[in-house]
Amino acid sequence: MRRLVRSTMSDKRAERMLGALASVVLLVIVLMVVSVVSKAWPSFAHNGLGWFGSGPNVDHQLADIFNSPADSSHYVYKLSAWPLLYGTALITGGALVIGLVFALLAAIFIVEFAPRPLRRVLEPVVRLLAAVPSVIYGLIGVLVLVPFVGNQLISTHRKESVIYVVQLSGNSLLVAVAILTVMITPIMVALIVVALRAVPVGWREGSAALGVNRWRTVWTISVRAVRPAIIAAAVLATARALGEAIMLSMVSGSVGFAPNPLDGLTFVFEPTRPLAAAIVEGAEGFSVKPYGQTLYAFGAILLLSSLCLSLGAHYAKRPLRRFGLTP
Amino acid sequence: MELTPPPPVRRIVLDEPPTVVAAPAGPATAATPQAPAVRRRTAGTETVVRERMRVERLSVAYDGKAAVREVSLTIRAGEVLALIGPSGCGKTTLLRTLNRLTELTPTAQRSGSLTLDDDDVDALDVTELRRRVTMVFQQPNPFPMSIFDNVAYALREQARRRPRRSELAGAVEHALRRAGLWDEVGDDLDRPALRLSGGQQQRLCIARALAAQPEVLLLDEPCSALDPRSTETIERLIVELRETLAVVIVTHNLQQAYRVADSVAFMFLGELVENGPAEQVFGAPRAGRTRDYLAGTFG
Amino acid sequence: MATTPAVPSRTRAVESLSTWRRGDRIALALCWAAGIALCLIAAAIVLYMLFKGIQTLRPALLAERPAEGASQREAGGFLDPLVGTVVLTVMGTALAVPLGVATALWLVEYGRPSWLARAVESGIEVVAGTPSIVLAIFGLALFSQTAFGFLSFTAEGNAVFGRSFLIAATMMSFIALPLVFGSTREALQAIPAHVREASYALGKTRWATIRRVLLPSIRPGIATGSALGMGRIAGDTAIVVVLLGATLRLDAVGNVPVLSTLRGTGSTLTSYVYNNSPAGEGNAFDKAYAAAFVLLLVVIALNFAVDVIARRGSSQWS
Repeated sequence: MRRLVRSTMSDKRAERMLGALASVVLLVIVLMVVSVVSKAWPSFAHNGLGWFGSGPNVDHQLADIFNSPADSSHYVYKLSAWPLLYGTALITGGALVIGLVFALLAAIFIVEFAPRPLRRVLEPVVRLLAAVPSVIYGLIGVLVLVPFVGNQLISTHRKESVIYVVQLSGNSLLVAVAILTVMITPIMVALIVVALRAVPVGWREGSAALGVNRWRTVWTISVRAVRPAIIAAAVLATARALGEAIMLSMVSGSVGFAPNPLDGLTFVFEPTRPLAAAIVEGAEGFSVKPYGQTLYAFGAILLLSSLCLSLGAHYAKRPLRRFGLTP
Repeated sequence: MELTPPPPVRRIVLDEPPTVVAAPAGPATAATPQAPAVRRRTAGTETVVRERMRVERLSVAYDGKAAVREVSLTIRAGEVLALIGPSGCGKTTLLRTLNRLTELTPTAQRSGSLTLDDDDVDALDVTELRRRVTMVFQQPNPFPMSIFDNVAYALREQARRRPRRSELAGAVEHALRRAGLWDEVGDDLDRPALRLSGGQQQRLCIARALAAQPEVLLLDEPCSALDPRSTETIERLIVELRETLAVVIVTHNLQQAYRVADSVAFMFLGELVENGPAEQVFGAPRAGRTRDYLAGTFG
Repeated sequence: MATTPAVPSRTRAVESLSTWRRGDRIALALCWAAGIALCLIAAAIVLYMLFKGIQTLRPALLAERPAEGASQREAGGFLDPLVGTVVLTVMGTALAVPLGVATALWLVEYGRPSWLARAVESGIEVVAGTPSIVLAIFGLALFSQTAFGFLSFTAEGNAVFGRSFLIAATMMSFIALPLVFGSTREALQAIPAHVREASYALGKTRWATIRRVLLPSIRPGIATGSALGMGRIAGDTAIVVVLLGATLRLDAVGNVPVLSTLRGTGSTLTSYVYNNSPAGEGNAFDKAYAAAFVLLLVVIALNFAVDVIARRGSSQWS
């Protein structure tokens, strides 16, 4: 078709102009990676691999960096960010695992088992949950859930048992994971529902005609067929969870503590400090050069993770596109 | 209802007489078509034919619009029943009602009685009914799994606890042999089923249906999407299957019905117009509409 | 002759659960639980915010400017943050729409060379997946360069502040960009081929076809994308916290009438809520609830608008 179209000067000029505008996206991404990584480099350079390790209290280290003397030869960069990385991984991983199961069951419910009036309610509900701003999730979290957990769920005994290591106040892993799960589930539900609906009806009819009940049909045929969509949904949800800064900074405790699974149940009540939240909380400190560079280091890790995840989701969706199961 | 005679044929006047390609003199070459192989049970054979399903005054409507009106017929093991009729006459709806597949459509309404082996179909659980009365669809729909998994699917779902592959291998092979597919795929059963050709996929669907050891096999225009060679293979297969099952086939291809059916039911606009042994319906149809349909007056 | 069917005995398949295995029944119960849970959570959030909003929102709050000092307890409303939200949303979307539409047009109508097309497509997905906090610090790094000093406030010693409405709006446009791009691309792909072919058959060039035929008919798609983008911009806090400066009131820079406000700093509803929550210094939870309620209404209204536009536009080609 393209070769048959008369191509005049204005057409070529239009193509070049539109192409240039389209390439702005690529330019922006390159600029972003270059500028963030270059600003982050000094922090990594001064710490080497120890940046990722664990050491003394990371909050104290950050305070020291913030209080660096003014001349550049005496900047303090020492950081062992393991508690931050670990907290981020825990929160993201926990929300992802719970959210994926939740989203899969909800998607199957919407597509297969929900009675019509309930289905008509659920679709706007999912869209609503996806649209609520993260600061509102954070507000409800910090003003309702955190006091509830702090006063009702955590006994004084429990608080005293860890008082020398960390203070339990309700700002905890539990609330953070719970709210983050609610935030990322709608994205996954929407993607999986679209994919489930696109499964050819012939397969579902064929399975029903063999006398297989509705649940087994959905599980062995449809869910199996949309496995790439489930992976893509999980990857996108992980990217969203990693980048969540505002809600987590309100709810997760802002204490650079690595929750200890060996503490038993107390583990879920311990506070932590994910990377994105750390950047937001430190936003006023950008004017202090080494502190700013440390924050850029956090950002660089988030940027590179989200880059890998976005590209991963893109490739996970490819087999689906070939069968025409997703846009 | 009286049908008007077909309109007269317009003839185009040519200046010169039309040329005709002369048939080659001599013995008939292999290209000349032979009479269609008629495979139905010849009249007078002693096979005992058992009654399997009985349909009595069955009516089906979608959202108030009647699709099947008060149809009564009998389906017997040991014979092939062909449902014929023009498009929209309700034959597919009737077929899908036999295994209650119409209930997948929310607007479907059914009345009348339907029994399988003298059990009312509504008293049976629908999944049990569908295991005993299985269906093969017009478009081959193998699942996105390997050939082995496709055929073993119904067996795995029916078993109480998950059977091991070695336990299933025998049944899978038997089903594939019955479907006439074993020779072509027996060497590698783990190939994805979607890679097979159309005719092979349809035979795979038949094997899948047979693996569940059904009592009645319903076929909804199984060959309409296939080439003549696959069609012939499947017709031969249908005739073999009738020894053990009751087979009901819906077809809009009169020649196919003529070839395979032992018993024919002609439907028109949702009503059962004529029902009887194939020789009688094709040879000496009683209803005027049947005569017109067979003559090609409408279609 | 034809009799109507007797009263139907059954309209839906009633599959009795008794034949299902126990695991299947548990799975079905879990599916129901998941669906109901989603509804309950959404209802809880909406009802709670409604309750708190009605409790705390007074019309005066919308009209008054925030109090001067850090503590918001005593007096002051959130007029400035409200203005800030509107300004950012409008500007951010206005920047995103031309870029998003142009990218979608290029990708669908031209798309050569194909490696570039694939790269641009992946690029949009990368931007969509980038956390807004990362976009925020990128903006800070970029616009703190002296070359961009005109966009914000420059302190003595040539330190570019790097934070202003203009800068925040630029980064916000990247949040809306993938949404505008996606909707526009969908709308373009929905146009059947024969429409384009008819235009080419009349001798029109591709560019003229785009301008005269395609662009007018994808207006609902662009509108949907813009509304989606506005919703996301209005709800974003991270970019505001980093790039809009920490001033509660609009703080203009320079003397030019509108441009000075845009070069200056301020706040939005989202940063106001953040500030007044326990995480910030304002310490006025009631005002936070009120502002959050207004914010939720704005976002819901924008999403509702998306539904309306989408429904009206979808029957075009059927």
